[in-house]
Amino acid sequence: MENGGASLIAGVGLEAYLTVAAILFVTGIFGIFLNRKNVIVILMSIELMLLAVNINFVAFSAHLGDLVGQVFTLFILTVAAAEAAIGLAILVCFFRNRGTIDVEDINMMRG
Amino acid sequence: MGLTQLAFYVFASVAVASGVLVILARNPVHSVLWLILAFFSSAGLMVLLGAEFIAMLLVIVYVGAVAVLFLFVVMMLDVDFAELKRGLAAYLPVGALVGLVLLVELGLVFGHWALADAAPNARAAAFAIEGGVANTEALGRIIYDQYLYMFQAAGLILLVAMIGAIVLTLRHRPHIKRQDVLAQIYRGRDVELKDVEPGQGV
Repeated sequence: MENGGASLIAGVGLEAYLTVAAILFVTGIFGIFLNRKNVIVILMSIELMLLAVNINFVAFSAHLGDLVGQVFTLFILTVAAAEAAIGLAILVCFFRNRGTIDVEDINMMRG
Repeated sequence: MGLTQLAFYVFASVAVASGVLVILARNPVHSVLWLILAFFSSAGLMVLLGAEFIAMLLVIVYVGAVAVLFLFVVMMLDVDFAELKRGLAAYLPVGALVGLVLLVELGLVFGHWALADAAPNARAAAFAIEGGVANTEALGRIIYDQYLYMFQAAGLILLVAMIGAIVLTLRHRPHIKRQDVLAQIYRGRDVELKDVEPGQGV
């Protein structure tokens, strides 16, 4: 790959970080399919995917020598925390009403 | 192999392994603990990338708040997780297929990407990582200067999430007697002191 300045990543190259992020992202998607009944593990898989995206952002930020990628990571972290809080609140609410967290039981609205 | 490379491979392999164990663990409590380990090793990766502030943020926000939130919810809900694990093998082939296809696609992208000709010039005006300034200080200069409104919007998102979570989970129980201080203060003279004889009652 040709870029203007030298990469700021010490030791290993950018591709190594991208590979780690890709594996984590695919793991997250695989987790959603694998634990299709358990909403908690699905939420954790989404957190894994967001983590992979954050690694990508920071890796490119270090590679390009541009801090904006890290700023964006900050906002992703904010949204991820809000999403986890709201998702778990909905989950607790649903469990109180139905006594289960099985995804297949979430059919009250007949969607 | 230098120390940096060694640290990268340790952190990366631990992150990937614990990420896999998050989705494979039988007990969701173990899943949350593996998730914490994944966050910790990712924080290590970010330290290697020179993003110390993001790394500390990962440890504080994710491990300290989000993962503990997950842990509380998992332990609070009385769910038969073995029941939820059943039928897992039925989803394995399609999940594996989707994951494999995605991985191959990502690999194809990695093999062939290149920066556009205009890209280096387009980012010439961006915020460079300076040598003498610490990461946290440099980030603070950008966030409180150029991205102030975004920062405020992030705070607003957190506020809305907090209020939403409280509203969703708040439960008024009608049968619980609570102390009503105002009613106690404003009570009239209808309360009297009675001298009750022993063994007779009021």
